[in-house]
Amino acid sequence: MSASSAFNDEKGGSSSVGEPEYGHDPASGGIFSSDYKRHDDLKEMLDSNKDSLKLEAMKRIVAMVARGKNASDLFPAVVKNVACKNIEVKKLVYVYLVRYAEEQQDLALLSISTFQRGLKDPNQLIRASALRVLSSIRVTIIVPIMMLAIKEAASDMSPYVRKTAAHAIPKLYSLDPEQKDQLIEVIEKLLADKTTLVAGSVVMAFEEVCPERIDLIHKNYRKLCNLLIDVEEWGQVVIINMLTRYARTQFLNPNINESLLEEGGGGEKTFYGSEEETDEDDEDKDKKAEVATMAKRKPYVMDPDHRLLLRNTKPLLQSRNAAVVMAVAQLYFHLAPKAEVGVIAKALVRLLRSHSEVQYVVLQNVATMTIKRRGMFEPYLKSFYIRSTDPTQIKVLKLEVLTNLANETNISTILREFQTYIKSMDKDFVAATIQAIGRCATNIGEVRDTCLNGLVQLLSNRDELVVAESVVVIKKLLQMQPEKHSDIIKHMAKLIDNIQVPMARASILWLIGEYCEHVPKISPDVLRKMAKSFTNEEDIVKLQIINLAAKLYLTNSKQTKLLTQYVLNLAKYDQNYDIRDRARFIRQLIVPTEKSGALSKYAKKLFLALKPAPVLESPFKDRDHFQLGSLSHLLNAKAGGYQELPDWPEAAPDPSVRNVEVPEWTKCSSREKRKEKKVEKPFYSDSEGESGPTESADSESDSANGSESVSGSEASGSGSESEESEEGSESEEEEEEDEEDEEKDKKKKKKELKKKPVQESESEQSSEEEERKPERKSKPRKSDSETESDDEEESESESSQSESDESESEAEVKKKKKAAQSKPPAKPVKTDGKKEKKEMSLLDLDDFEPAPSPQVTPVNSFLSSSLVTDLEGLSLSDSVLSPATIAPSSALKSYELLHRITGEGLSVEYCFSRQPFSPDANMVAVQIQFTNNATSDTKNLHMEDVKLQSGMRVKEFPEIELLPAGETTTAVMGIDFCDSTQAANFQLCTHTRKFFVSIQPPVGELMRPIFLTENEFKKEQGQLMGMNEITERLTLDVKCRNEHTIVQRVTTAANLSRVPCGSDKECSPPVPPPPPDHPVHRFAGRTVTSSSLVLVTVATKAEGAAQLTVNCEKMVIGTMLVKDILQALTQ
Amino acid sequence: MGPTEMIHSLFLINHTGDIFLEKHWKSVISRSVCDYFLEVKEKAVEPENVPPVLQTPHHYLISIYRDKLFFLSVIQTEVPPLFVIEFLHRVADTFQDYFGECSESIIKDNVVTVYELLEEMLDNGFPLATESNVLKEMIKPPTILRSVVNTLTGSSNVGDKLPTGQLSNIPWRRAGVKYTNNEAYFDVIEEIDAILDKSGMTVFAEIQGVIEACTRLSGMPDLTLSFMNPRLLDDVSFHPCVRFKRWEAERVLSFIPPDGNFTLMTYHVSAQNLVAIPVYVKQNISFFETGSCGRLDITIGPKQTMGKMVEGLMVTVHMPKAVLSVNLTASQGNYTYDLATKVLVWDIGKLNPQKLPNLRGTLSVQSGAPTPEENPALDIKMKIQQLAISGLKVNRLDMYGEKYKPFKGVKYMTKAGKFQVRT
Repeated sequence: MSASSAFNDEKGGSSSVGEPEYGHDPASGGIFSSDYKRHDDLKEMLDSNKDSLKLEAMKRIVAMVARGKNASDLFPAVVKNVACKNIEVKKLVYVYLVRYAEEQQDLALLSISTFQRGLKDPNQLIRASALRVLSSIRVTIIVPIMMLAIKEAASDMSPYVRKTAAHAIPKLYSLDPEQKDQLIEVIEKLLADKTTLVAGSVVMAFEEVCPERIDLIHKNYRKLCNLLIDVEEWGQVVIINMLTRYARTQFLNPNINESLLEEGGGGEKTFYGSEEETDEDDEDKDKKAEVATMAKRKPYVMDPDHRLLLRNTKPLLQSRNAAVVMAVAQLYFHLAPKAEVGVIAKALVRLLRSHSEVQYVVLQNVATMTIKRRGMFEPYLKSFYIRSTDPTQIKVLKLEVLTNLANETNISTILREFQTYIKSMDKDFVAATIQAIGRCATNIGEVRDTCLNGLVQLLSNRDELVVAESVVVIKKLLQMQPEKHSDIIKHMAKLIDNIQVPMARASILWLIGEYCEHVPKISPDVLRKMAKSFTNEEDIVKLQIINLAAKLYLTNSKQTKLLTQYVLNLAKYDQNYDIRDRARFIRQLIVPTEKSGALSKYAKKLFLALKPAPVLESPFKDRDHFQLGSLSHLLNAKAGGYQELPDWPEAAPDPSVRNVEVPEWTKCSSREKRKEKKVEKPFYSDSEGESGPTESADSESDSANGSESVSGSEASGSGSESEESEEGSESEEEEEEDEEDEEKDKKKKKKELKKKPVQESESEQSSEEEERKPERKSKPRKSDSETESDDEEESESESSQSESDESESEAEVKKKKKAAQSKPPAKPVKTDGKKEKKEMSLLDLDDFEPAPSPQVTPVNSFLSSSLVTDLEGLSLSDSVLSPATIAPSSALKSYELLHRITGEGLSVEYCFSRQPFSPDANMVAVQIQFTNNATSDTKNLHMEDVKLQSGMRVKEFPEIELLPAGETTTAVMGIDFCDSTQAANFQLCTHTRKFFVSIQPPVGELMRPIFLTENEFKKEQGQLMGMNEITERLTLDVKCRNEHTIVQRVTTAANLSRVPCGSDKECSPPVPPPPPDHPVHRFAGRTVTSSSLVLVTVATKAEGAAQLTVNCEKMVIGTMLVKDILQALTQ
Repeated sequence: MGPTEMIHSLFLINHTGDIFLEKHWKSVISRSVCDYFLEVKEKAVEPENVPPVLQTPHHYLISIYRDKLFFLSVIQTEVPPLFVIEFLHRVADTFQDYFGECSESIIKDNVVTVYELLEEMLDNGFPLATESNVLKEMIKPPTILRSVVNTLTGSSNVGDKLPTGQLSNIPWRRAGVKYTNNEAYFDVIEEIDAILDKSGMTVFAEIQGVIEACTRLSGMPDLTLSFMNPRLLDDVSFHPCVRFKRWEAERVLSFIPPDGNFTLMTYHVSAQNLVAIPVYVKQNISFFETGSCGRLDITIGPKQTMGKMVEGLMVTVHMPKAVLSVNLTASQGNYTYDLATKVLVWDIGKLNPQKLPNLRGTLSVQSGAPTPEENPALDIKMKIQQLAISGLKVNRLDMYGEKYKPFKGVKYMTKAGKFQVRT
């Protein structure tokens, strides 16, 4: 019998009262009904020794439970089957048990011994499931048993059992909060766990039991950051939310300088010359500002751990899980430097295509964000346009966002959009639109009159609700400049005859009263009409009639004295005591009698005082004091158990608390072994080594802790550091290599670590297997992360670059301190063919204290010339500009042609060297670098089977006869891309294998720089107008507002040369005074194949606004180039 | 953020307000808690208008509306609302995946399986196993054959193997997959979201794409899928199996796929690119001040179809409440007008460029009612086979890690998403 029939029978049964709950199936053998004996058949079935009967019975019982029917009387019969061999029966018994144990505690105890036995089962899944059910039985008497079971499971060899233990912790805690201290011990132990499986669950337990014990996180912080991407989705959300709170207690506000600027100069401060001013201003500022100033004087440097968190959460913006995306978004919103928060906008906009419930929540959060950071969502304005099919609540939220996004430049578009909304059939939505128009009008002075006129037109709308809403909004607008609009007031006075909506009538009356001097003829007449209808009006209208009467009496008592008396008399006998009170109060105040007090002479001042215009505020203003993404934020009220988001500390707590120590013996390893491991590792790139970086950081810190042991191999490392400042694209993969070596070290260590502890039983094998997996993954991932920084927008790579440099110098300092150290493996070992920059990898393994002085000692004279500019950048952004970002040659991006794994040990990268390709000037030179990571030599490297789009040509690189193992070599080939970004596909062949590869050029590489003078440039530009000109407005990235960075970013994005601008600007001294107001930067080049001119102009304007113009005969190239440069300048 | 007590109880409620299933993960909460929700639901004109988050004196109710069912969860403390919403949708997806649909009757028919699933998906209110591959290892989806066999032999649909997938680091893939025919299919489906104004100008248009995969591959295949023109993709989100770093670095999708159907990625094609709009709509809907009637005239023609056939063309119009009936003639296809909901649906079918489909006639308006001021918007549905309107093309699919040669297929399709013409 299937469950379905059981259910249907049940349904049939329950439809008529008094019938049995169960069906008439043969197994139950034709049953009569009586409440007394109900379920007898089920009991019988449960008692039988046939599993099929038991199963059938359990299915029916579960169906009852599912429908919320009471099945508690079956408890004894069911609980007997807890030890049943049949897994499905057993599972259903568990379901039942967990549901009813709380009600039948004594009987439930009968089952406990079964679970206790299960806890000892050799199979990890059975152990886990026993613990899961045991901990779900809410019977206080077994608390000690549960505690014991949890403790034991927390040290289980199987990570899955440990995960279950983590899940059991909150269950026990809610059953008996007394156990808190013991549970915290277990949590502490589990937090140290290194598997992704456990991480999410234990943080969940932490959040539930002891969220205040932030100190437990210190030692695990870096590990959690590194594990994060491999934790399952739900755990990610919990961890990210927890880390947000953690970061708020441990790091400094990255926007501290910005907020100072805003405070000090109304947000209008330029980068230059604000220093003294601000300092002066600050003298009468409160203490907080002083602290901020301090921080400003000492440029802000982001704690590397803070950076680690931001970096490791960013990829999760691409998660398919909306909750994860939202969690990262709120993390960035609350923790990231202002300039970086923008990355979340795209991801949040993506969520707007998800289910409407998701949209609802996301829009609430976007609404809050748009108030603080409008610019972030401006590019996505159209994504918030409203469709007639959106649910009303979504429409209203989108309106809110649109209103928040409105500014001088987009307001006309937005108003046009609003105009279509006003015609909607959804009247609530129309009303909200009118409100929105009102808010736009108050916020943006330029359109106030337009909006007002539009609203006045709505006054003749047929729908009364629309008219009423308009009246209310117009009233608010008029309050801002009444004298200009007496005709509107007149118009509205006429409406009083037709409008019935009380709020609107009240608004009109208030307006007339307030501005009765502007409409001296009409107002008494309105009062006359109102006096007539007084008794039939709603209360709010009556109050305003009294108000109007009083004001008229004060200004024009001759005409209105009697009317006022009359109205007051009517009010005196009104049913509503508010109205009676008001009438009494007003009469005393305005009508002078001998009794009336001193106040009456001030009546005029009281009533006709100038009232401040209302501020139409967003309901989302200041909502961000709740952590975004939280339930409390959504409800705008603190939900039970909500943990406040702490304020940033004024001084950062000691960062060394996050350093972790690692036992000495993990550090030694021999190079040979590392070498062989390298090849054997299978490919898996998607996840971070479970704790790799942390560990190596550990070992680093360990040495920092000052052990005195000396090791010879350090020498190789210190040799490398002298070359630290060398630039060049090579260093990129060098790093990668180093990373790998590091990785290998770690793995090595790991392995030993594993081998060492006593013996491992059979069953641990699996768990070890398990743990090893992520390690394998870690290797390619590492290298990827390097490449990533390449591939990303300039700003990204810039910041990470500079960081790395910073860290490097840091590491160096450290190294010098204790020149010889006990940690050979950290100094790899790449003697073959690799030369410099051994320690770049420390970037990821950050275990260095924050730089005492963040400035990298200028190495190039080149740097010092623009030092001031750079320092300017420094004080505003968290990252330190490094020589690497400035040297143009380092800006060459390299791209992967063949991955080491795919290439079976051969890895190939290419970059566009921007050198002329001598064999054929129409070709783009592509420099290719081959690295043989395999253990055997590679021979006869050459190209074959070139597949090209028509017109394209390739000049192959000369065959490389031999590439010995571990060696690297480079070759140059030329490709004529025909001025298109089509890829050149070909096969890369070795003596054994062929690989399909392709090279696709960014559009910026399809040109070469030419020299033009400004006049020539302008002349040429004049001939490339119309279709050949593309113009875009943009807002420059905060870090990219000085001349130097703009030039650098443009030339990185495209192979162009700068056109020297007017002599005054060109010769600007190395230490620039306040910069030329709005310099224009010009760049010129020609496409490689057709020699078409490419002219780029970046005209900067106030506040980071800029206009980008590209003139190019090839429209496709122009379009693509605009996009690339736009990206380079804005991100 | 606070205690993560998460989901206390779940109630399934049909659109008439009957609670037909309840499941509690902690202490039992009386179903009377749903009354708050039902009250709000009564007031809402459309079920979609019920706010997903409600506050009651002692609880918070977070609900989703899917396939005419409400999934209502009861929460007691702070929890990220999206966490719950996303989970509830995952539950609905799982039902869909298991039973082929997610309706009241199918849930009732499979109530035991549903209960078993819910038991595994949450532990103490915190999500435990939500990956389809893992769940299927533990609880077999019903098939006709299996239910017959189960009935005869009394065997069960609970897997007797233990769910090893839960232990693995690639939890989305079950272990020991075997097929005689190994195949991998990828459907690239693009939807055009657009708003066109009265004059046919594009107010807003963008392309949302999704790659739905169906992989039936033995063992542990490691796939790499690359595109001819990955630069088109502006924003992407991935199934957890996709190696993000690899994408960042090389713009290829590298992944060990789950077994069976799954969504590999969704993407967005930059709004900066011009979006080709496959059809144009000429329309004229007007209501006359006198005579309580109106006129409707809609013609649809091909615009940028890339030489492909536009199929499944359908126009939906939500008429103003005052429109009593319509009297129209369709040159092609059929139309229906639902008097209760005031929805006019014109099902056209294929678009014939030689003879453009036209729908015209009169609308009769309730006499005495004010002439409708606004014109209803037209929602367009359509389908174009073998075309990804953005021009996205899959370059190649490679498999590593297994020896056999799988059969590979890629299919393209373009559909109208939220495609609205304002009138």
